[in-house]
Amino acid sequence: MTMAAELPKENFRLSMLIFDTRYRSYTIQAVVLGLFILLIVWLGYNVDRNLDERGKELSISFLWQRAGYDIPQTLIPYTNDNVHFRALLVGLTNTLAVAFCGCILATILGVVIGVLRLSNNWLVSRLMTVYVEVFRNVPLLLWVLLSYVILTETMPAPRDFRVTDEMAAAGEAPAAAMSFFDTVAVTNRGTNVPSPLLERGFGSVDLGFVSVNLTFLAIVLVIAGSVYSYRRLKSHARTVQESTGVRPVTWWKSLLILFAPIIALMIALGLHWEVPVLKGFNFQGGILVAHAFTALLLALTLYTAAFIAEIVRGGIQAISRGQTEAAFALGLRPNRTMSLVVLPQALRVIIPPLISQFLNLTKNTSLGVAISYSDLSGTLGGITRNQTGREIECVFLMMAIYLSISLTISMVMNWYNRSVQLKAR
Amino acid sequence: MKKSVFLGTLAAAALVSGMASATTLDDVKARGELICGSNTGLTGFGAPDASGNWTGFDVDLCRAIAAAVLGDATKVKFVPTTGETRFTALQSGEVDLLVRNSTWTASRDSELALDFVAVNYYDGQGFMVKKDLGVSSAKELDGATVCIQTGTTTELNLADFFKENNISYQPVNVADDAEAQRQYTAGACDAFTTDASGLAATRATLPDAENHIILPEIISKEPLGPVVRHGDNNWGDVVRWTYYALLIAEEKGITQANVEEVLASTNDEEVKRLLGASGDMGAKIGLDNAAFKNAILAVGNYGEIFSRNIGEGTSINLARGLNALWTQGGLQYAPPFR
Repeated sequence: MTMAAELPKENFRLSMLIFDTRYRSYTIQAVVLGLFILLIVWLGYNVDRNLDERGKELSISFLWQRAGYDIPQTLIPYTNDNVHFRALLVGLTNTLAVAFCGCILATILGVVIGVLRLSNNWLVSRLMTVYVEVFRNVPLLLWVLLSYVILTETMPAPRDFRVTDEMAAAGEAPAAAMSFFDTVAVTNRGTNVPSPLLERGFGSVDLGFVSVNLTFLAIVLVIAGSVYSYRRLKSHARTVQESTGVRPVTWWKSLLILFAPIIALMIALGLHWEVPVLKGFNFQGGILVAHAFTALLLALTLYTAAFIAEIVRGGIQAISRGQTEAAFALGLRPNRTMSLVVLPQALRVIIPPLISQFLNLTKNTSLGVAISYSDLSGTLGGITRNQTGREIECVFLMMAIYLSISLTISMVMNWYNRSVQLKAR
Repeated sequence: MKKSVFLGTLAAAALVSGMASATTLDDVKARGELICGSNTGLTGFGAPDASGNWTGFDVDLCRAIAAAVLGDATKVKFVPTTGETRFTALQSGEVDLLVRNSTWTASRDSELALDFVAVNYYDGQGFMVKKDLGVSSAKELDGATVCIQTGTTTELNLADFFKENNISYQPVNVADDAEAQRQYTAGACDAFTTDASGLAATRATLPDAENHIILPEIISKEPLGPVVRHGDNNWGDVVRWTYYALLIAEEKGITQANVEEVLASTNDEEVKRLLGASGDMGAKIGLDNAAFKNAILAVGNYGEIFSRNIGEGTSINLARGLNALWTQGGLQYAPPFR
């Protein structure tokens, strides 16, 4: 170590950037960065020059032109007189709807299958193995197409539900009938479900830039209040249990707190259901859930659930067998062992890969383009792009939006992940 | 990671905008092959037959251009494009021209930076329904489910038509004719709407064609024609004048069979110029002087192409109507060839 101190003090020379290991890595990084920036500049220049040649320029002002086309499924009000930006929002809500439902359903199904795959019952565990292997080893696109074709080809046409006078006279039943006590009609066009209608809404308040639906606000407030009270009740019960050793009976109080207020609110609002009826060509009234949505949701759920099942199985198997045995030794039954001992610990292993499955599912919603689902890539990336000829702008916008959605999901899930990890104090 | 995503994005964007340095005509000659953007499959207009050979009304125009430019009508590669991909394919240079039932509109000419060089079929949008639906007019379609191809002018016309007539509909978006036909025959939509010629072509391929009717309303003007990229005027001239050569040939009674005979006997100076026997009209747009003769030799005149692929007597069975020559009360009119 003394040797270093005896080295003569060198002045910095340019050649040291290459021959001196202390500086060489900086040189390499600087060169690579320079080349990278050059490449970006070249690509940007290239795009710019080619657009110039075509007499086009980058601009997103087309988003404020009239869209002029109709969208089969709209979760927010939309007509063909709205602007392209509104169509973008319609597509975005459709994307989020299918992604949101997909993530929830895939998680539920995945956890059930993952747990069942570890079942001691030979038949159950083998069946689950077959499920996982079949679904995760066939491309998702094929599942999407298959579910769509099955739904549109095998379901009855709306006219099959019709009872003509001759049929009524002859006492014949129509070829198809509505299900769920005559409230839901599944046709080859979509699923008609009853829609909730309110007799006495609270109206809405216009705050200048945005109008707030008071009915919706009231429902959210009541639900939030119920959940808060429910948690207070639980924590109270826990305090009592810890001080006296006896847990007070809470189940009927929980039910009352969770459901009574919202039911009361619904009665106050005059909730009733509009059941779809066959009128003219189609069922009218109620909500039409397009088959493109159902098929995409079904395929995404079944496919992603297979991956989540494997993640759950991996998570459970990562928990030492000793934990289960210890729980059994304490007299816990197998399902209590699973829910109280194994799963809470397995979550720590499960959450991080689960995040990437959620991201995959969300991005995979863009496969809906194969069955013309009106998601973001169907409206902005499909019709708007095509009608306005703004390919580059639309693709960039789409990428930015998908990126934001994905980053938001990973932010929320990472936050949740931190909250379930072992706290090292 | 983020850097490489951004890089990929830019690279993709650069690819989309393409590199069109040399002119299309030079590219085609150097390549020795014409790349023609065609329909994914519309019987009569552009579809591969059982042995994989492309045939149809639009396909023959591509072959005529290949014959004019390269002297060989077989040197064409057909790239199937859907309503949504067609213009991007043309813009990016993936195809040299598009001949696939594309409607000429102002915004496509300006905003999309395309050039429609001619109208090879004057069409209008119609509706097809099953006979037993009991509908005789498109105005009775209130509440109906309608199959509609995305990224088309017909999509916009449909929205306008229903709004003007104050009736409602439920759209079912489809990507191409094949998917539309599947959905329509499965009953997933009550009506299918597209250009009337496309409806006739689709109807012809249905096994129970007699159970389907095309409603009388024509709700729009759909001038269909070949499209090239904006800015390459010479290539536009090649496509335009090859098409007009086929029209003039019909007007002058020149057919695939009698080209040589006419050339030997004619006293008509315009015919001589067209067939390359006098003047240098071909050379002026960068082609061989016998270019248009080759085109006619390869596929015949406009009338022959029409009657062979979609005319009366074929399964599509379309009358000439608006597409008759101007001398016979139609709209097909070629400027003088001089």
